[in-house]
Amino acid sequence: MYLSIYDFSSFFQSIDNWLTSTFPEPIATIIVWILIGVSAIAFTALLGLSLVYAERKVAAWFQLRIGPNRVGFQGVLQTVADITKLIMKEPLTPGTSDKFLYNLAPFLMMLAPFIVIGALPYAEGLQVMDLNVGVFFVTAVSSIGVLGILISGYSSNNKYSLIGSMRSGAQVVSYELSAGLAIMVIVVMSGSLQFSEIIEAQRDGWWIFKGHLPVWIAFVVFIIAGTAETNRGPFDLAEAESELTAGFHTEYSGIKFAFFFLAEYVNLFIIVVLATTLFLGGWMPLHIGDWEAFNNIADIIPPIFWFLGKVSALIILIMWFKWTFPRLRIDQLLTLEWKYLLPISLVNIVLAAFIILMGWHF
Amino acid sequence: MEETIISPDGTQEYFINMGPQHPSTHGVLRLVLTLDGEIIEKVEPHLGYIHRSIEKMCEKDNYRQIIHLTDRMDYLSAHMNNHAVSLAIENALEVEIPDRAKYIRVIMDELTRISSHTLWWGVMGMDLGAITSFLYGFRDHEYITEIFEETCGARLTMNYNVPGGVMFDIHPNFVKHVKDFIADFKTKLPEYDTLLSGNVIFLERTKGIGILTKEDAISFGVTGPAGRASGFSNDVRKKEPYGIYDQLDFKEILYTDGDTYSRYKARIDEMWESIKIIEQLIDNIPEGDFQAKTRKVIKLPKGEFYQKVETARGELGVYIVSDGKMNPYRMKFRSPGFSNLSALDRMARGGKIADLVAIMSTLDLVVPDIDR
Amino acid sequence: MSAIGNYFRSIFSGLKTLFQGMAVTGYYFRNARKEIITQQYPDNKDTLRMYDRFRGIVVMPHDENNLHACTGCSACEIACPNGSIEIIAPRVVDPETGKKKKVINQHIYHYSMCTLCNLCILSCPTEAIVMDQTFEHAVYDRSLLTQILNKPGSSLNPNVKE
Repeated sequence: MYLSIYDFSSFFQSIDNWLTSTFPEPIATIIVWILIGVSAIAFTALLGLSLVYAERKVAAWFQLRIGPNRVGFQGVLQTVADITKLIMKEPLTPGTSDKFLYNLAPFLMMLAPFIVIGALPYAEGLQVMDLNVGVFFVTAVSSIGVLGILISGYSSNNKYSLIGSMRSGAQVVSYELSAGLAIMVIVVMSGSLQFSEIIEAQRDGWWIFKGHLPVWIAFVVFIIAGTAETNRGPFDLAEAESELTAGFHTEYSGIKFAFFFLAEYVNLFIIVVLATTLFLGGWMPLHIGDWEAFNNIADIIPPIFWFLGKVSALIILIMWFKWTFPRLRIDQLLTLEWKYLLPISLVNIVLAAFIILMGWHF
Repeated sequence: MEETIISPDGTQEYFINMGPQHPSTHGVLRLVLTLDGEIIEKVEPHLGYIHRSIEKMCEKDNYRQIIHLTDRMDYLSAHMNNHAVSLAIENALEVEIPDRAKYIRVIMDELTRISSHTLWWGVMGMDLGAITSFLYGFRDHEYITEIFEETCGARLTMNYNVPGGVMFDIHPNFVKHVKDFIADFKTKLPEYDTLLSGNVIFLERTKGIGILTKEDAISFGVTGPAGRASGFSNDVRKKEPYGIYDQLDFKEILYTDGDTYSRYKARIDEMWESIKIIEQLIDNIPEGDFQAKTRKVIKLPKGEFYQKVETARGELGVYIVSDGKMNPYRMKFRSPGFSNLSALDRMARGGKIADLVAIMSTLDLVVPDIDR
Repeated sequence: MSAIGNYFRSIFSGLKTLFQGMAVTGYYFRNARKEIITQQYPDNKDTLRMYDRFRGIVVMPHDENNLHACTGCSACEIACPNGSIEIIAPRVVDPETGKKKKVINQHIYHYSMCTLCNLCILSCPTEAIVMDQTFEHAVYDRSLLTQILNKPGSSLNPNVKE
């Protein structure tokens, strides 16, 4: 019953129609590709900048500080200034490093988010490509990022970096298991791997409300595993400032460092968007059963705001973790995964299947 | 460099230089780690990066001037260092110092202890990855430095003690501000417990890590909270009371486990004891002089003098050899940090790099104190 | 069975401690406006007051007639542990009494060597030097840190007793 004026697909359809009618078919396709690429890059850059600013402000408020407040109104341009500085800095390459791999790693780090960002749904019709295996695609491609970490640690010829990247390799590979299993619960519930269908299945209520126990467990597991996959505190062992100085990106400077820095935040965004889409209904407004009046009011708020609201709430939650908890040790990290999260997820997916079978979900 | 040992399965241990510039060595301490993967086989501390030859400088300075140098040894217990030297000089001169000065000195000592421990708590959290605790610890540390600044005129290197008493009388607002601080800090200290001490990740990271037995603590001379966490009763305030500590009611914190968590708890409990001490004194500061009359040029009699005090890190010993002139013939400090550091290798072996960081935090190393 | 019970108990008690920790930081996040302790330093310069006893730099106060209280006795020079004070005070014959007397020519103060220990202030018999509460003393050239404390043309206040 949502309002169709908030549907972006007609807007994009009209652009497409205009392009195909003005240019011959192959040129129009190329123009569409370029437009998508440029907007994806612009979106990623904007995302990185705003998330870094948000992180610094949120961290400051947790820590009795004001945070950046000099550059621009309330310091909003602080990250722009920082990135400008990083671009102007010399990107050093250590003499004893493996030069090809060393320079390749930051691009690999950025590659995964760039690819994934197109497959995610942001609002009705605001999605580059609605793959029929969208969920699978996102989980598969986002694993490329760890290659960047591993290569950067290996090629830097620095022992701290090597330890950091080895830690990260063990960590990301392990946590992908339980993250995947948590996603599976939703896939089982909605019966599809396509994002649009998963969101459509939550029209009469988000999975976190409809799916009760197994979805709650899956949500908690996914948030923990997702935080671990993005190498954020309390799972930031790959960086581990107090142990490994800066871990895998110790040797990087200038724009190459900025790539690592931005990739961390874009990865955070991707995990949060996944959690939002799978558990909190993506851009779907909050609908409660038969409350028609409430549902209509909820529909008036554009879906893109619902989406951004949910995403920012989850981002703040994950930042809250980072600024509260101490870091785990590498063996405890693996214990948490293999002795707690993975068995729980395995039991959970059986539980979810059983609940579906008995029709106990709403 | 030692010969690298290649084990039968073809793996090989490797070395890492931790420091002199490393976030968790808290200064210019250099540790050469021998590692097997992440497991620590050996820790070798290398010192000398911040050696300023304070002991030698003392030989050229007169007895009044020596005190300000001790500020710069263990800068977090500057007041206690001053106290130690002042006491050594006073005992040698056999000067009776007024009660008011004694009270002020003890209050200042305990405030310094709290401020040092709050800073340590914050840094401990930061070393374990909880950066927020650093700011909370610093907030309370700053509160005390403000009190110091008001009375002593400086925040860190106070130089407030002089032979015979203290440099100035306390500021008129001192009593009120200390009371405000105690009231405020009593609400903040439980927060420390909720934020870190109770946290499951923190417990996992600290319990059973870096165990130092009582025998080892005694043989390495690990004093202060680090030694008392191993069951080595060594509180100078109890064993050889100075100032007015013999008239005060406070407990010596003793734990028996000797692990990182016990060392952590010992310091947290010490803050409670310090609060207790300050509360006993703050209302009862006697009227009178804050300084005993001493000669302008202090000359110690011939002989050797030793005085020890309990600083925030452990037992600080001041050893003066005098040949009757106006500056000491030889001056030696027995600094707690140096002895505590010597036990690091014993504690860290077999642990991981992350454990080493936690252990170093609970030793509460201040590198200028180790190097002098 | 107790092993499984312990397993789940450890999960829940662990989660509980985590939430307690988050409650502490959450409190400060919610009350950030009230609890922020940062001082906006360069902005609050006008209202920023240091404590009276704050030791910022050694100065020699002069009154409106350009008179100071320094007799050139060198007590501060002797008291200084770091040699940051140099007194140049030649003996001059007093025209009235005919006696030789020290008169301060230059009171040189090396701020770069000073540890602000306050010993010179304590040693001064005429309270000619005091600690100032200013604290912004950074300069681009270290030679600027060496100052002559008595102003040019100034002289000893005749009321000061030696």
